[in-house]
Amino acid sequence: MAHQQTVEYAASHTADATVQGDGWQGIVEDLSADRKAFRDVPWGKAMMWLFLLSDTFVFGCFLTSYMSVRMSTTVAWPNPSEVFALTIGGAHIPLILIAIMTFILISSSGTMAMAVNFAYRRDRAKTAVLMLATAALGATFVSMQAFEWTKLISEGVRPWTNPFGAAQFGSTFFMITGFHGLHVTAGVIYLSIVALRVSRGVYDRKGNYQIVEIAGLYWHFVDLVWVFIFAFFYLW
Amino acid sequence: MAHAEGQQHPIGTYLKVWGLLFVLSTFSYLVDYFQIHGYMRWFLIVLFMMLKAGLIVSVFMHLQWERLVLRCVVLVPPLALLVLVAMMAFESDYVLLTRVLSLGS
Repeated sequence: MAHQQTVEYAASHTADATVQGDGWQGIVEDLSADRKAFRDVPWGKAMMWLFLLSDTFVFGCFLTSYMSVRMSTTVAWPNPSEVFALTIGGAHIPLILIAIMTFILISSSGTMAMAVNFAYRRDRAKTAVLMLATAALGATFVSMQAFEWTKLISEGVRPWTNPFGAAQFGSTFFMITGFHGLHVTAGVIYLSIVALRVSRGVYDRKGNYQIVEIAGLYWHFVDLVWVFIFAFFYLW
Repeated sequence: MAHAEGQQHPIGTYLKVWGLLFVLSTFSYLVDYFQIHGYMRWFLIVLFMMLKAGLIVSVFMHLQWERLVLRCVVLVPPLALLVLVAMMAFESDYVLLTRVLSLGS
C-alpha cells in the first residue's frame, strides 16, 4: 500500500515536472529523460529546424566571404544604391526594385503565417488559398530577380568583371542572390505541392496539418535570409 | 493543450508583426534613400535587420513558444559564425595591407 502510494506520488511528480519544467532545469529534463529530446515537437519539424540550421551556415559562409573580399579589395566597391537604381516615369529612384522585392517577400511571409494558422483550425480552403498566394508572391519575387539579373548582365556585370568597380562585386552578387533565388524557387514548388495536397484533403484524412507549419518554417527562413542579404549586400 | 493541435495564436498577432516588418523595412530603405553615411548608417542597418530577424524567428517561426532546448539548438550554434566573421575580418585586413604594400595601389 505504502509502496503503491510512493509509486503514484513519483509518477504524478514526474508528470508535473514534465509539464512545468522549462528553463535550464527543463533542458536537463528533456535531454536526460530517456526518450526523444524535443518534447511536443514532431520529428518532421525538428528535422526541418536542423536543416535550416545547416542552411544558416551555408548562407553565413557566403556572407562572410563577401565581407572578406569586400574588405580586402584595393579597388572601390560599386555603390549598390546606384547600381540597383531604376528610372520610373522620369524619376531616378535608388534601390527601388530591391525595396519592392523586400516588401513582396515580407508579404509572402505574412500570408504563410496566416496559412499555418488556418491549417491548425482545419480550414482547408483558406489554407490552400493562402499558401497559393504565398507561392505566387514568391514567384513574383523570383521574376523580379530575373529582371534584375538581366539588367545587370546587359550592363556588363559578370562574375569576373563589371564596369562599376571591384570585380568581386559580380561574383558575390551572382553567388549570394542566385543561391537565395534557388531557395525561393524550391520553396514555390514545395508550397504549391503542399497547397495542392491541402485542397485535396490529404491532411484532413491523416488528421495532421503539421506539414503546413513545417513548409512554413522553410518559407520564413527564406524571408529571414533575405533580411540579412538586404542589409549586408544592398544597404551596406 | 495548445500543443495537441500545434501552434495556435490569434490572427491579430500575425497581422501586427506583419505591419511591424513593413515599417522596419521602410525605415531601412529610408536609411539608403536619405543617404545616411558612416557609423550611423551601419548602426541603423544592423538595428533594423536584427529587429526584423527577431520578429520573423520568434513569432512567424513560433520559436518563442517552443521549449528552451529547441531554442538553444537553433540559436546557439550560429554564434560560431561570429567567430568566423572575426577571424576573416583580421585576415582581410592583412590581405589588404599586403596588397597595398606589394601591389602599390
